[in-house]
Amino acid sequence: MMLTAALSKRLAGAFSLDVDLSVAAGITMVVGASGAGKTTLLRCLAGLLRPDSGRVAIGGRTLFDAAEGVDVPVQHRRIGYVFQHLALFPHLTVEANLHYGLAHLDARARGMRTGAVAESFRIAHLLGRKPRDISGGERQRAALARSLVTDPTLLLLDEPLSALDYATQSHIIADLRNWNEARGIPILYVTHAHREVFALGERVVVLEAGRILTEGTPAEVLDAPVHEPLAQSAGFENLFDAQVLATNTESGTMQVQPAGDGPSLEIPWSGAAAGATVRVAIRAGDIILATECPRAISARNVVPGTVRSVGREGPATRVGVDAGHVFTVHVTPQACTSLGLAAGRPVWLVIKTHSCHVVRPMPAP
Amino acid sequence: MDWTAIILSVRLAAIVGLCLLAIGLPIAYWIAFSRWRWKFLVEALVALPLVLPPTVLGFYVLVGIGSRSPLGRAWTAWTGHGLAFTFEALVLASILYSLPFAVQPMAAAFAQVDPSLIEASSILGASRVRTFFRVILPLAFNGVVAGAVLSFAHTIGEFGVVLMVGGNLPGITRTVSIAIYDDVQALDYQAATATALLLLVFSFVVLSCVYALTRRPWSVPPTP
Repeated sequence: MMLTAALSKRLAGAFSLDVDLSVAAGITMVVGASGAGKTTLLRCLAGLLRPDSGRVAIGGRTLFDAAEGVDVPVQHRRIGYVFQHLALFPHLTVEANLHYGLAHLDARARGMRTGAVAESFRIAHLLGRKPRDISGGERQRAALARSLVTDPTLLLLDEPLSALDYATQSHIIADLRNWNEARGIPILYVTHAHREVFALGERVVVLEAGRILTEGTPAEVLDAPVHEPLAQSAGFENLFDAQVLATNTESGTMQVQPAGDGPSLEIPWSGAAAGATVRVAIRAGDIILATECPRAISARNVVPGTVRSVGREGPATRVGVDAGHVFTVHVTPQACTSLGLAAGRPVWLVIKTHSCHVVRPMPAP
Repeated sequence: MDWTAIILSVRLAAIVGLCLLAIGLPIAYWIAFSRWRWKFLVEALVALPLVLPPTVLGFYVLVGIGSRSPLGRAWTAWTGHGLAFTFEALVLASILYSLPFAVQPMAAAFAQVDPSLIEASSILGASRVRTFFRVILPLAFNGVVAGAVLSFAHTIGEFGVVLMVGGNLPGITRTVSIAIYDDVQALDYQAATATALLLLVFSFVVLSCVYALTRRPWSVPPTP
């Protein structure tokens, strides 16, 4: 099944959404900063908001067509929607929540459907409880099960898992993917979280200021960010301006000088001319730290510096290294211990040319 | 104590409370969810009895049901007697007079229902009617009960409107507050004291119930 949507919607204020996208079966992550229009997009698809113009269709079934005057009411769209705060009915048990969308079935059919989906999402033992009596992760599973038990033709997830830790999120997504294997419906998963989360989807659509900035596989979108906001949300901790000293079109590289008085770096040529200022993005995990100066190494940038700070950040250790410009480097806690990294320690930064990306500032809308 | 008056008042208040449950629910629903730009005019109209002197409201009702009004004539043609100074007239006037006491708690309770629950209900295929009975009403139930109880209690204590519309006919339109007034006029302070105390205790109990009911009814812990 395929979702095709081309729509525009102007909201109060200056914001307008203007997108044209096709979503195939499987999980598509919709990524963007808050205010990028992610929720507006979902609400337009669900029929909670009426687009000003455009068309929405799922597998040949038209849900909305401004030109033809088609606007299928929300309750007849057969869409699953999991709200950011889940919107489980607080006065009903988990089972009654799951039954809610099955009013057209008899009790036996309802029981079978509910049993199957509860099994898939591992909440069969919670059916008799009220939403307030189960944990956050269990509530997310219950909300997901409630929208899927109706056999929707499209599933929309509005950051429902963003409050959970990464492991719990990826478990829930794995169950969702298993469930969808047989059904093959498009799933749009809105998030503003980090790159690990994007990788949970088969495709990524990046939304910025109501427009689609770029789309593709997680690898395509995240490993070659072309715009600064995307680089930020994709986890490029090092973002700095640098002046182009010289270009080498033959090797496709250029020599740049980061602001400050550090050594220059060799990075891929972006088409900029000598003297121009470019914005460089480097992921903290792509920088290698050495406590002795490495020789005979393929990486083109080996930069001496001094450790300024060492701190824990999630599963990694975050090291700040002053090499004229202060670089952020992620290493494992084990590496940090065995290298004896501490403030004041001299180190060398090893950065491959192609770990450096030139990003463009956001284009004006 | 004038038990005839007490029973009459309770009967009047119960009928008015039930009628306002039926009339108040749709009005409250409309006030809570309508996006009509002139909605405030309707809200002001519903709230009028809160500030209007009972004699003014009673006067208009009396004129409205008089033998020269269309309503009065239709009533006379149907029942054979006039509407003014009857129990039915009291019911009508009391419904108007207690309308805001029913509608306002109900509308407030409806408006407090998380909009995403209402949207979730439509997305799951429920019609507006089903959404109302399965989601909105259960979540706003205490507010609805509070509205019915308040209108009941307000009707029990009514004086001015009753006097204007119903007069003072024992067993027909002589309510408990008018009985107290009569007792005081007749210098029967003992009877007045007993009845007044009864009303005082009753009102306190009712208001306690209302405040207990309208505490935030459902607290769903925020997702961690």
